[in-house]
Amino acid sequence: MTTLPTPGAVRLGLVIDLDICVGCHACAVNCKEWNTGGNAGPLTDYQPYEAQPDGVWFNRIHSYEVGDGPAGQTVHFPRSCLHCDNAECVTVCPTGASLKRAEDGIVLINEDICIGCKLCSWACPYGAREFDTDVGVMRKCTLCVDRIYDEARPEAERVPACVSTCPVSARHFGDLGDPTSDVSRLVAEREGMALMPELGYRPTNRYLPPRAKGGGCSAHAKGPALEPAMPEGTGFLGWLDRLLSA
Amino acid sequence: MHPAFSVILFTVASGIGYGMLMLLALFLPARLVPADRLFGAVTLGLALACIGGGLLSSTAHLGRPERAWRAFSQWRSSWLSREGVLAVASLGALALLALVWPILGESAMCVGTTAALAGLLAAATVGATAMIYRSLKPIAQWHNAWTMPCYLTISLASGGLWLNFVVTAVGRPHPLLPGIVAGLIVLAAFVKGRWWLHNDRTQSLSTIGTATGLGALGQVRPLDPPHTAANYIMKEMGFRIARKHAFKLRRIAGGLGVLAPVLLILAGALLPVLKPATALLAALAGTVGVLVERWLFFAEARHVAMLYYKADAA
Repeated sequence: MTTLPTPGAVRLGLVIDLDICVGCHACAVNCKEWNTGGNAGPLTDYQPYEAQPDGVWFNRIHSYEVGDGPAGQTVHFPRSCLHCDNAECVTVCPTGASLKRAEDGIVLINEDICIGCKLCSWACPYGAREFDTDVGVMRKCTLCVDRIYDEARPEAERVPACVSTCPVSARHFGDLGDPTSDVSRLVAEREGMALMPELGYRPTNRYLPPRAKGGGCSAHAKGPALEPAMPEGTGFLGWLDRLLSA
Repeated sequence: MHPAFSVILFTVASGIGYGMLMLLALFLPARLVPADRLFGAVTLGLALACIGGGLLSSTAHLGRPERAWRAFSQWRSSWLSREGVLAVASLGALALLALVWPILGESAMCVGTTAALAGLLAAATVGATAMIYRSLKPIAQWHNAWTMPCYLTISLASGGLWLNFVVTAVGRPHPLLPGIVAGLIVLAAFVKGRWWLHNDRTQSLSTIGTATGLGALGQVRPLDPPHTAANYIMKEMGFRIARKHAFKLRRIAGGLGVLAPVLLILAGALLPVLKPATALLAALAGTVGVLVERWLFFAEARHVAMLYYKADAA
């Protein structure tokens, strides 16, 4: 059923500390490693050893410059599914493959009935869903549902792969529906943010903003703008581009 | 958004077929189109080819087309599922209309009632198609009140052009019909113009600042991308070729979709001997114009997920 369940008491999710994240991509790599061999796998790679390697990943790490001058800083920003309460990626699904679990709020894809129409990825503002062209189905973060409930593992290891691998403990996993949980207290203390709240998706995951920094730095030197590394316009679309540019 | 040719062909072709059904429901009782069985057979055959071909083309967009039947199940929440259910229902009504009209030749009352049912279902199907796009909040160009009227009026205008051709080719055309079709084209052009105007003036509420939550700290600029080559999100949501030429392509769409058919219809009215030829050319030009319009509908749409990759507005 793609109608959303009444939000349950348990809302499992991630809290990501942008003050601590060093942008090492270890969470993304371990996510890929775990999930390509786990229940969600394989996560297809296309031309992995060519000039333009591509593939399905559940977690992407951006780096941004924020602010100018002495107040400027680099912020590393891991981006993955936020397991929204109002997950429109679920309601748009025509087959029921996209689903949100009532018991813990995890948003999952039933790959056995996904028809690969890609509409869920259009409905997700966070770009969290990636299409697997080899298998013909949509893919997304499972919050490592095959790890966090695995009773064969020691309890300390029952966390998503990205959380277990973070070398600086910038990623926290827990129940954001419980106001007394460690993650909820962290969000309250550090004023954790929801992304794009204006769209009304009510994400579960929260991001902790960078702490205010002291000190300063010398004036910046500005270099000339760089040429784009990849020229646009090859093949049919390039021909069309040149034709229309004439 | 990446303009997938299968989806463009589907929305344009099925729009023509459904537009013909909508207009038949209105024009049959008004006697603006012939009621004879030959006209019925040709018109319904063409509508069926457009709708059926469009639906087949839409499955080419799927990663798993063999599972397409599953898409009928989630009509409670999904506009795509509702579109699927309504598309099949209107195909059923079309088959019923073919049975009572060209095959059995039932009374005008019976044909008119069945045509009304088919027309209503056709309108609901086009409406559901429009709602698929209209309901997507991450794409501001689609998520506005003009998307639905665009789909309905363009479906009526392009369906009208082909209905006009069939009438001219196999029946005695009513003198008012070409004028009404020209009016539908102008109406569609007006609505589409408002859609473009609205989207030129509107920007998404979302910025790279709200997307990252870092806007309060100052201007946010991408520094290092997460990957060296374009991934699915960038290929699917980050289409740019047409946006660069948007204004040129809008003029091409307007020229082929509006100006050419209206002038050709006028030429046909002035020189009746040319009527079948101009009606066919008008329908062909109009269809190519709508194909360009639909290509732009996708290519000009900007998805907020691209904010994570580029600092410019969604």
